[in-house]
Amino acid sequence: MTLAATAAGHGFLSPTGVEIAFLLVGIGTLGAAVITVTTRQLVHAALWLVVALGGVAVEYLLLTAEFIAWVQVLIYVGSVVVLLLFGLMLTKAPIGRSPDADSGNRWAALVVALAAAGALVWVVVDAFRATWISFDGPVQGSAEASGRSLFQYWVLPFEALSVLLLAALVGAIVLSRRGGEGRAPAAALPDAAARASAAPATAPREEQR
Amino acid sequence: MHLAYPAVLAVLLFCTGLYGVLARRNAILVLMSVELMLNAVNLNLVAFDVWLRDTLHSGQALTLFTIAIAAAEIGIGLAIVLLVYRNRGSSDIDRLRDLAERPDGADADGTPQPDTQAEATA
Repeated sequence: MTLAATAAGHGFLSPTGVEIAFLLVGIGTLGAAVITVTTRQLVHAALWLVVALGGVAVEYLLLTAEFIAWVQVLIYVGSVVVLLLFGLMLTKAPIGRSPDADSGNRWAALVVALAAAGALVWVVVDAFRATWISFDGPVQGSAEASGRSLFQYWVLPFEALSVLLLAALVGAIVLSRRGGEGRAPAAALPDAAARASAAPATAPREEQR
Repeated sequence: MHLAYPAVLAVLLFCTGLYGVLARRNAILVLMSVELMLNAVNLNLVAFDVWLRDTLHSGQALTLFTIAIAAAEIGIGLAIVLLVYRNRGSSDIDRLRDLAERPDGADADGTPQPDTQAEATA
């Protein structure tokens, strides 16, 4: 009764344009994510991750969360993927196909992922069978609305987050500088890359002491 | 828009990331899969925020916080991976077994692992 009343005006078999766009972008995003976790070329995995994260940004735009979408593009596509590519290069990842990109428990992992996907899709579809997002009224996620709420109600978490970012920055510097007693600290990352490329076989051994 | 579309997409992205975390061997690929899982959570937060029309905009504020924490996490995680690579010559999480319990306990005194050496020369 209530389900039919709620569903009045919405047709499950006649999707709107926003739903069709969301579905198409979602299929692309999901395909890029699957390629990211299954490809054997490590650099290609990072580049397909760009496609997946950009697809999620487009989904944010379709959900009218424009500020989140641009933050996603700036931080994820702009900096996180670049950091990951730096990490791949600094650990001397093979450029071509690497045969051991997947570990031996991939079939167990596939079973776990499929079981989790099946259970969660069943629960989610069953729970939200008759709920619709309404895009009428004021835009929920415009930059003005987000900024207003962020600096009215969320100021204290925002400031705590800035302290956390500072702590992460200091922690990353402390971790990646070449520490140790009696050794001169040096700039970590270029030094590590230079030493690893100069003496690839001996450097890791002798650093382990 | 039917709420099931973003919810199901978030579920499938999360499970893709779950498969990646469990099945990948390179530590940086595991970090990429963690990013996919975090994005799935963000998509859920934004969708439910728009659905509930929250006056505090808590979903979007929490999404911004999640994105910032993910950036911090990827920085720290890459620093740790680079440190491990510098010390061990490999970023292969299957071979970092120094803390594993061995059944006999005989070779607990740091015997060199041959495949780590092979990975360093490769």
